[in-house]
Amino acid sequence: MINWKVILGIAKIHLVTKLKSTVTATLGVTFGIGAYITLVSFMTGLNKMLDDLVLNQTPHIHIYNEIEPSEKQPVALYDDFTGAFNVVHSIKPKQGQLKIHNALPILNYLKENENVKGATPQLRAQIFYLSGSIELGGNLVGVDIMEEVRLSNIRDNIVDGTPEALKNSENGILLGAGLASKMSLSIGDRLQISTVSGDIFPLKIVGIYQSGIAEIDNIQSFANLKTVQRILGEAENFVTDINIKLFDIAEAEPMSYRLEQQFDIKATDINEANAQFETGSNIRNLITYAVSITLLVVAGFGIYNILNMLIYEKMKDIAILKATGFSGNDVQYIFMSQAVIIGFVGGLIGLGIGFVLSLLIDNAPFETEALPTITTYPVNYKLGYYVIGFVFALLSTGVAGYLPSNKAKRIDPVRIIRGT
Amino acid sequence: MKLILEAKNINKHFHKPQDFHVLKDITFAVKAGEFASIMGKSGSGKSTLLYILSTMDTDYTGKLHLNGELVTGKPHRELSQIRNKNIGFVFQFHYLLSEFSVIENVMLPAKKLSEKCYAEIEHDAHEKLKMLHIGHLAKQRASRISGGEKQRVAIARALINNPAILMGDEPTGNLDSFNAENVFQIFKQLKEEQELSLLIVTHDIDFAQRTDRIIQMEDGRITS
Ligand SMILES: Nc1ncnc2c1ncn2[C@@H]1O[C@H](COP(=O)(O)OP(=O)(O)OP(=O)(O)O)[C@@H](O)[C@H]1O
Ligand SMILES: [Mg+2]
Repeated sequence: MINWKVILGIAKIHLVTKLKSTVTATLGVTFGIGAYITLVSFMTGLNKMLDDLVLNQTPHIHIYNEIEPSEKQPVALYDDFTGAFNVVHSIKPKQGQLKIHNALPILNYLKENENVKGATPQLRAQIFYLSGSIELGGNLVGVDIMEEVRLSNIRDNIVDGTPEALKNSENGILLGAGLASKMSLSIGDRLQISTVSGDIFPLKIVGIYQSGIAEIDNIQSFANLKTVQRILGEAENFVTDINIKLFDIAEAEPMSYRLEQQFDIKATDINEANAQFETGSNIRNLITYAVSITLLVVAGFGIYNILNMLIYEKMKDIAILKATGFSGNDVQYIFMSQAVIIGFVGGLIGLGIGFVLSLLIDNAPFETEALPTITTYPVNYKLGYYVIGFVFALLSTGVAGYLPSNKAKRIDPVRIIRGT
Repeated sequence: MKLILEAKNINKHFHKPQDFHVLKDITFAVKAGEFASIMGKSGSGKSTLLYILSTMDTDYTGKLHLNGELVTGKPHRELSQIRNKNIGFVFQFHYLLSEFSVIENVMLPAKKLSEKCYAEIEHDAHEKLKMLHIGHLAKQRASRISGGEKQRVAIARALINNPAILMGDEPTGNLDSFNAENVFQIFKQLKEEQELSLLIVTHDIDFAQRTDRIIQMEDGRITS
């Protein structure tokens, strides 16, 4: 039977009478855990922000028609030339359209699929923005704006105006921020565009779009799908791209493969498009954990050292305790509980300090042109990290306390009492 | 008459620095309520024997019975319990926990035993201290009292669980004649009133001669 009251009482007296070492050891743990919480909250906040930036801007699957040469050249169709060695010079891409030829059935099929959160049709048109005598080349993307709002963070990127304004306007345009400043235009102004074939259309600016990526903001604008179809003089089923959002991003790769097979179109998934992106996140996570674990291991060594010293100093006490009937286990628990108390208190204070530092970071201003929606540094408050931090504090101090306390357990009282 | 302590053919060797046969075939017994003293020259093995009898040292051959029960070969956990409940021990050099107060030192073995509540233990501890004329020191830090006072605190601690046998390694070695006499009278009284058995190592021939029996040791052997 273990008499915890007595054991903890003795542990308490040891901790209090050696207050300096106790505080040092506790601060070590506090520092380690505080740094871990701060680092991990900040780093994962950063990761999440960057992830969101990419994930919300990139569809999970992107369907389009690729212009490419036919794999089977016409000569191969002639029986006369089978088995011959055919040389074809200056191959040209196959005659075809950018249009996805069976867009509406594909859309219907996708909307029925339970893994699909949404699928939106887009029509990308090459146009010129007319500003006096200057023509600026660019894109006009016809979209189903309310679906885009539901599926991506486009609302955050509309820095002036609202998506609803676009939806309710027959000839509205969300002008790229770079274009707007180049042409000194703002919301409510009118603007003329011309198609590749030379037709000119007047559009009204109902909003300004800023993605944060200059190459996009300098050339790209959005309008309703119908508006763009009308500008191009095309039918309602004329769609060049379909963007798909899934519920489970892991499904992206197999699904894009299936779609390619089924509909004879080109489909790229997000992992293919952002292969290098994961690497960045992983390395940041790796750094976070490497630094935190290093700090905690250092703290653990501190505790190990201090307990070792304490046990050396308390040799006589240990001998007396054993001589008067405390068992080896009792003695071990006395020193283990000191380590765990240090871990517990140090860990709790560390969590508090980590939380306060995270709050400070969270409120520190962070303004950058590239990220219009971000005003302060990103911080991820996840309860899980606090649980991990606390468990790690107890674990590391437990291990650091175990070795010296095990030594204390095995001290032979006779040798100490005899004085050798 | 009931035997409290019985040692049969106890032999012990020290292996370092070279093989040394400290205890040679020790066989003797202490009866319930017997007050025995051990005398012998310095280095004759008295302390070594006492450590074995108190179950702290398990590195020996032979058999040791306590209260009629064989304790030789028992696991350390059980031996701790036996020491806690049945054996009071006063060391040759007074050993107290220096960061604890006097009364806490005395109470500790009783808290470990935890047969009584805190208030009872505290009351008992005060009684023992008063009996040894050091009641006024109860709240003092154990490191801030004199050598003789420490020795009496150690005696009070050895008595707190009302053990079956008290072993002492020169428990009066540091005391003036008045306090030595007081301790002797207390031992005698405990023997008579509570049937406490005592086994006391001493160099004080006056002290020894007033005990029930003197065990003489010479070169690791009991000679009489
Ligand atoms: N750890 C040890 N290793 C080797 N020899 C030891 C050890 N401890 C004690 N001895 C030897 O054992 C013998 C007995 O020692 P012990 O302490 O039992 O003597 P003692 O009778 O109690 O003497 P004193 O009256 O001075 O206290 C001594 O000769 C001593 O040198
Ligand atoms: Mg001795």
